[in-house]
Amino acid sequence: MTAQTDMDPTPLDFDEAMERFDPVFGIEVHVELNTKTKMFCSCPTTFGAPPNTAVCPVCLGLPGSMPVVNHKAIESAIRLGLALHCSIAPSSRFARKQYFYPDVSKDYQISQYDEPIDADGYLDVTLADGSIFRVQIERAHMEEDAAKNTHIGGTGHIQGAAYSLVDYNRCGTPLIEIVTRPVEGTGAHVAEVARAYVAGLRDLVIALGISDARMDRGSIRADVNLSLRPKAAPGEDQSTVPLGRRSETKNVNSLRAIEQAIRFEAGRQAARLAAGLTVKQETRMWHEESKDTTPGRSKETAEDYRYFPEPDLLPVVPDPAWIEELRGTLPEPPAQRRARLQKEWGYSDLEMRDVVNAGAIDLVEQTVAAGVTAAAARKWWMGELARTANEQGVELVELTVTPQDIAELEQLIAGGKLNDKLARQALAGTLQGEGSPAHVMEARGLAVVSDDSALTKAVDDALAANPDIVEKIKGGKVKAAGAIVGAVMKATRGQADAGRVRELIMERVGV
Amino acid sequence: MSPVAAPTNETGDLTRLSAARMSELLAAKEVSSRELVQAHLDRIDRVDGAVHAFLRTMPEQAFEAADAVDRARAKGEALGPLAGVPVAVKDVLATNGTVTTCGSKILENWTPVYDATVIEKLRAVGTPLIGKTNMDEFAMGSSTEHSAYGATHNPWDLDRIPGGSGGGSAAAVGAFEAPLALGSDTGGSIRQPASVTGTVGTKPTYGGVSRYGLVAMASSLDQVGPVARGVLDAALLHAAIGGHDPHDSTSLDEPVPDVVAAAKLGAARDLKGVRVGIVGQLRGEGFQQGVLDRYAEALGLLEDMGAEVSVVDCPSFEYALGAYYLIMPSEASSNLARFDAMRYGIRVAPESGPATVETVMGATREAGFGDEVKRRIILGTYALSAGYYDAYYGSAQKVRTLVQADFRAAFEKVDVLVSPTTPTTAFKLGEKLDDPLQMYLSDVATIPANLAGTPGISVPIGLADGLPVGLQVLAPARADEWCYRLGAAVEAALEDQWGGPLLNQAPALPEGTASAAKPVSGTEGGAR
Repeated sequence: MTAQTDMDPTPLDFDEAMERFDPVFGIEVHVELNTKTKMFCSCPTTFGAPPNTAVCPVCLGLPGSMPVVNHKAIESAIRLGLALHCSIAPSSRFARKQYFYPDVSKDYQISQYDEPIDADGYLDVTLADGSIFRVQIERAHMEEDAAKNTHIGGTGHIQGAAYSLVDYNRCGTPLIEIVTRPVEGTGAHVAEVARAYVAGLRDLVIALGISDARMDRGSIRADVNLSLRPKAAPGEDQSTVPLGRRSETKNVNSLRAIEQAIRFEAGRQAARLAAGLTVKQETRMWHEESKDTTPGRSKETAEDYRYFPEPDLLPVVPDPAWIEELRGTLPEPPAQRRARLQKEWGYSDLEMRDVVNAGAIDLVEQTVAAGVTAAAARKWWMGELARTANEQGVELVELTVTPQDIAELEQLIAGGKLNDKLARQALAGTLQGEGSPAHVMEARGLAVVSDDSALTKAVDDALAANPDIVEKIKGGKVKAAGAIVGAVMKATRGQADAGRVRELIMERVGV
Repeated sequence: MSPVAAPTNETGDLTRLSAARMSELLAAKEVSSRELVQAHLDRIDRVDGAVHAFLRTMPEQAFEAADAVDRARAKGEALGPLAGVPVAVKDVLATNGTVTTCGSKILENWTPVYDATVIEKLRAVGTPLIGKTNMDEFAMGSSTEHSAYGATHNPWDLDRIPGGSGGGSAAAVGAFEAPLALGSDTGGSIRQPASVTGTVGTKPTYGGVSRYGLVAMASSLDQVGPVARGVLDAALLHAAIGGHDPHDSTSLDEPVPDVVAAAKLGAARDLKGVRVGIVGQLRGEGFQQGVLDRYAEALGLLEDMGAEVSVVDCPSFEYALGAYYLIMPSEASSNLARFDAMRYGIRVAPESGPATVETVMGATREAGFGDEVKRRIILGTYALSAGYYDAYYGSAQKVRTLVQADFRAAFEKVDVLVSPTTPTTAFKLGEKLDDPLQMYLSDVATIPANLAGTPGISVPIGLADGLPVGLQVLAPARADEWCYRLGAAVEAALEDQWGGPLLNQAPALPEGTASAAKPVSGTEGGAR
């Protein structure tokens, strides 16, 4: 095959593609579990530790070492399966997926193959228009993560690199792979449904507490399959039209990228089909910078993984009583919980979505529980704090501020001890690790000056210094008083109650 | 037992004593562990040049362990029966700080950073580990000729094979270079060498002894077990290494069967009411006449001792060898994938072209693996390939189920099954090297137990044309004690006839050829 015939025509516009073709997608999501130890050994699961420091004979695949299944990972897999309405296999097995590559220390990956622990479930996702779309889940299975390769020299990709380094810290981290059935019937909503599905899964694993669910750190990774088929003729059932050939796009590591990758692939495939070309069944890589996909490994020369049952491990046979016990630990389904909280808090759809997307739903809930109004809780978490988190490149939960701090802050404001501006300074102190807002207020001497004699003197000084303004006020230009308020606030280093200052000005000027 | 006395055998040589006797003398402080270690290292120096049972000796570690035991004993601390008794270790078991080669060039420089669980257990009870023994590369072979470090010779006839893959451990024990040794048995690698060297070897129930740290050939078949000169000695070692290991998911979570008591019970030679089954499929075609003669005599002995002997049909055993040679290479091809030059072992650059991951892996495996290993990797890779899996691996697993069913049915009728351990006595070095299929037939009688996970022992039952013949006793899973009871009964009856152990009839070994074993000073790295 020459490069010429392999070239893609200019992609069609997404809307045009959707007018001409019917999309079908499928997603494989890898969720890294937040167990303390790895899938088959007692090494800690760490992120960011020095290379090759969280390793042992087992995860390094040293000769003679043997895997032992992490019980907590099985528990997580069962809970996720139950939350996805899957059936839990009375007996499931691990297999060896064999391929030679330095990032799998044994040159095979231990994964579940023909006997997964979870099968046949679904996840309902809510779309922007409020409608609910049911995504069918084929299976969810357990496996171990691979090591991390770093390619040195060249472009940082393996091609052209001078050499590569392997960090086995990640090798053996427990993963659950969740595989959908082909998702049909989305039409032009295909990208939205795909994104909503991954977002829904993310919310679910967070609610279950089984993963850190950080897409930016790769703790949730998605491979997106997409195919197009001709639109059904009028009167014909679309589902009877045979599926087209699919591409699988890897490296799609944000919700936005899922949407973009699907839109790009739809346009690319549509252009090929429209030009009378075929779509190659292949793996493609998503590029975040250029917002496009390029071919990866061709599936035509697909590797034969020579799967066979892992002889070093026994089948996983969970006690039915244990499964029922775990069913009792399932959290309220995230969509249901969101709807309930939105109603309780009186947020608009947009406000609620911002809170959800910022991962602030728990924080707001805890803040409200600590006695703050829902509106104030949202104001703090989505304003000042979201900005700070964004600047520092961290999650809201990672800030040093707690819901209790916000409650304390609000009490200080309500009690007249802090005004809005001072409250922000107190919060800044808390963010810098200076203690609770009340503590910062004391330490920094931020409390509002409410002593009238001190204020009166400051007002008199300001009036004396600005006779022209005093004249203007007397002449009925009440707005001019703002300049005096500003001068007083400056003199009191912002610690005065602006309302009281205005009253005093009017009193002294005599209007 | 007789009152303790200093060694009084004809040569006065400590190495001629049984492990049980050494244990008694140590307990009575008649002999020190250091003396035992010294005697065996001296013996290795004198005869291992001719036998080549050892790849490495570990004098410093052995003396250190011996001295620790001697000190503890002097202080009156409670010690286990094998404390101070030297043990040799098949080079397939990971020893922290001591190079572990598996008989392969690809691991010629691999120093484990951890101990196999059985090694940890032996160190804990204070057995000095005196060296690592030779083996067929990655335990693949029945003659020890497939070692990358040269063949081991049978102490009964240095021109003959000592069996395999554990020929080094069997020869070391048979040549009095060690009283005890560890082996591993995937298709007969403990029992077949025992049979052809006139020693005793047991494959325990699958899961009875931890495999953690045993470099895997075929994980569902491999089992670590004891090699010794007598049944009681084997039982003592079995008891020391057996038991549950949380690091091995396939290990049984139950106590070790009381094999020591069973060996002692058997020595009383009373088998009244014991039902013994002759495996109908393992007594005729392809078996050497001399082997069948000794076997018939042994059956007569069993009847003399009161056993009820009958023939039991195990029809699937006929297909066991075929199934084994699909399952074993399949698992081996997977287990040996990790030897890829990336993390340990040798690394070989390609002769020409760029050194990429693929070319280095290829060149290393080409240079590092021997022919038999490559043969099995190719076989196993093929058997697991898409489109062939069901016909080969899948069918073999079905045969395996049938073999297990045969055992189950048989053990409803009898307490134990017996057969000759091997169809022939030791063959000449080189004789079957170019005929793998003939070589594979050496294991025809031992393989069914591996497929079924059941225990088996081989005990010497005499000579055919001057070479040892072994009797195999097979028992139900988790009933290893039956192997020891029957084995000890046969041993006691025969030693009575022979006037002592069979090995007393072995010819004297030539002395003075320099040993090829590399003495290791201290450790060679690792993470102790």
